Amino acid sequence: MILVYVDHDRGTLDEPSLQALTFARGLDAEVHALAIGDAASGLAGTLGEHGVSVLHVATHAAFDDYVPQAAGRALAQLAQMTSPKAVLTTSGMRGNEVLAHAAAILDEPFAAECVEITLGSPAEVTRSRWGGNMLEVARVHRNNVLLASIPPFTVAAEPSPVACSVQTFTPELAAADTAVRVVDRVAGQAHGVSLAEAKVIVSGGRGVGAPELWGPLEDLAGLLGAALGCSRVVTSNGWRPHSEQVGQTGTKVAPDLYIAAGISGATQHIAGCKKSKTILAINIDPEAPIMTHADYAIVGDLHEVLPAIAAAIRSR
Amino acid sequence: MEILVCIKRYILAGSEFVLTADGTEIDARQLGYTLAPHEEVAVEQAIRFVEEFGGSTTVLSLGVPEAEEQMREQMAIGADRGLLLATDGSEWDPQATAAAIVDAVRAQPQAFDIIMFGAEAADSNNSQVGIRVAHALGLPIVTNVRGVSITDGVARCERVVGNNREVYEVRLPAVLTTREGLNIPRYPSVPGRIKARKKPIDTTTPAKPAAKVEKVRLIVPPNQKTGATILGNGPAAAAAAVAMMEEIGVLA
Repeated sequence: MILVYVDHDRGTLDEPSLQALTFARGLDAEVHALAIGDAASGLAGTLGEHGVSVLHVATHAAFDDYVPQAAGRALAQLAQMTSPKAVLTTSGMRGNEVLAHAAAILDEPFAAECVEITLGSPAEVTRSRWGGNMLEVARVHRNNVLLASIPPFTVAAEPSPVACSVQTFTPELAAADTAVRVVDRVAGQAHGVSLAEAKVIVSGGRGVGAPELWGPLEDLAGLLGAALGCSRVVTSNGWRPHSEQVGQTGTKVAPDLYIAAGISGATQHIAGCKKSKTILAINIDPEAPIMTHADYAIVGDLHEVLPAIAAAIRSR
Repeated sequence: MEILVCIKRYILAGSEFVLTADGTEIDARQLGYTLAPHEEVAVEQAIRFVEEFGGSTTVLSLGVPEAEEQMREQMAIGADRGLLLATDGSEWDPQATAAAIVDAVRAQPQAFDIIMFGAEAADSNNSQVGIRVAHALGLPIVTNVRGVSITDGVARCERVVGNNREVYEVRLPAVLTTREGLNIPRYPSVPGRIKARKKPIDTTTPAKPAAKVEKVRLIVPPNQKTGATILGNGPAAAAAAVAMMEEIGVLA
């Protein structure tokens, strides 16, 4: 049996979590899931559709919202009770955090960002590193259970319907486990399309030249219903907010079309945009590294090319 | 307020990686070294807290003795002293790294109010050393912090989830891991660089335990792309770009 930690926000499933379920079925036919809090009971239908035969719901008065260390404690205790061959999650802030807490509690290694896993003793994994620009083959010398996270988009979530039973349990939590929890939320200003959900992204780099020169990117983004993105140098210079940064230390995106205007293509940036279905690079330098990662390229000054594309779209 | 920030010396990644002949390391002979964004904002935040509340900032690095270079850079913007956990340059896995840091923290004469890390190492992406250190020291932890303020010994921390921010509160002493975007780090001044040369660095040489996640080899993933199709030069390429957008279905 493989146990998958499935994240949700007060009952709303984290969709990428389903990918780890598909990955898990490649390791073992029997897949269980852990979700935290009573609000998770409503996930049984969707999880059953994705091959989960048992949904373990950890119930506790503390679990009315996200409590990272307590979630890790619940996962550690469930792993000890059910002895899975592996504990997986889709990597991300919460998934990696909960598995790291569980690993620290169990004194087990935690192999983060695994794109391949071969169970055995030791287990052999292939891990993604440098934001996906490097792979590492490693042996994991665990005591009992293998803990691993799977990067988003490693596999697509595939349905595989089974009957899903819900089993609740109450973990034993210490006061320290529940000390750090979400106590409030601050709504951000919704301006246009969010990077993570955008089908098209218009992204600018150093080549844009100055913060007041973003007009052509904003205009084209408006026409395409696109989100605005940028490279790290742009946010480091304070030209654009960090929330727009695409890259290893910003947001990792996977749109249908990524337009990289005036972006040279450092590994830091490629780590964030390489999952795009199509990349169009616009650059004055035909030898820029971005050209080797792009599907299409226009050699030229973005300040001439972007307005020309916008005009061509308007005249359709 | 006594603050410890754990930093790492990273290979300055350019546009592609070349491996050593045995395939276990990146060939860094032609490359420089640098700090990582998630850690630079941690040091900047530590210096701001010391400016606000007094105290001192210590930077710690587990790595080759040349990691002194990265510690001095952070001293040039205001860190006060360094702890170097010297290694032979081979990689330490997360459990070994955390254990060495815990030993170093316990060996200090003073306790730290905040121990800071980047949310994940830029090269190894393990996302766990801070959490392991927090458990070993019995401290609470907030990870992936993108906004923080301290009032009456409680740190109010924000992390970014999509367009919104989740707020966490934690009573100090605590461990925090940070993400780029928390602040914009300051640049070192010339007097800062001169002062940095004289700041103390204590060096210890911890024994390396056997790796639990044992690296066998590295692989540079093949570029899936076969080279871009050039749509044209300058504004004349606009029509071809629009045709491409129609073909892939992003134009309604």
